[in-house]
Amino acid sequence: MRGFEQHLNEFHQRGVEIVAISVDSPAELQKLCKSRGYTFPFLSDPKAETIRQYGLLHAKGGEGGKDIARPAEFLVDAAGTIRWVNLTDDIRVRARPESVLAAIDRL
Amino acid sequence: MKRRRNILNWAGFAVILVAFVSYVPFFALFPATRDVPWANYLLFLIGSALIAVGVRRAFRDPEHYRGKISGSILATLSALLLAFFIVIVTYYSKQIPSAETAFGVSRKAPPFVLANTAGKEISSADLLRGHRGLVLIFYRGYW
Repeated sequence: MRGFEQHLNEFHQRGVEIVAISVDSPAELQKLCKSRGYTFPFLSDPKAETIRQYGLLHAKGGEGGKDIARPAEFLVDAAGTIRWVNLTDDIRVRARPESVLAAIDRL
Repeated sequence: MKRRRNILNWAGFAVILVAFVSYVPFFALFPATRDVPWANYLLFLIGSALIAVGVRRAFRDPEHYRGKISGSILATLSALLLAFFIVIVTYYSKQIPSAETAFGVSRKAPPFVLANTAGKEISSADLLRGHRGLVLIFYRGYW
């Protein structure tokens, strides 16, 4: 997410908004955004409902058996259709902003 | 004759410690050193080489160098740290469910309404309004 923050201007220039979603509470998200300097929106899905709808549930993946999200990145177009997706199999390896920008340019 | 302290063992172990602890706070911040943790492996290699030379001279030249016992202990600890690091990056970080159930390209993205950092409800329609597209980043969270 650090990389996306650094490239935020390039996303906005292309008319694309970025949003991050996790099971963290709004207070937790606020703390994170403040400490890391994230300026794009962060949303809280405490019961992992949206996460489940997108098929990204990592059941009992969190502390104390909490349901969390498996990492993933999606590009959704103005009509609400998924146009690009990155589903990593390694929590360390995430989408690079450059590949998402390239996918936007191919829309 | 007074035997010298075997500084290589300790210097090597210090490099190994840096190799072990630097990944999360530093090298993982940069995709080039994150996806394949080569910088950490390189540090492990340098540290191991220093310890290897240190232990070798402690055994070959015990009249001049100390460190037979401490060097062996540090070498063992270093090997354990390297093994632990390898297990984390090749095994633990891959312990996530398969992506089979995840939505794929050309499907409709399920709409959502979720609270933002201020507790205000934001919908996917709000986010898309006036935009060409939306990037959704799902992450594990810090709980």
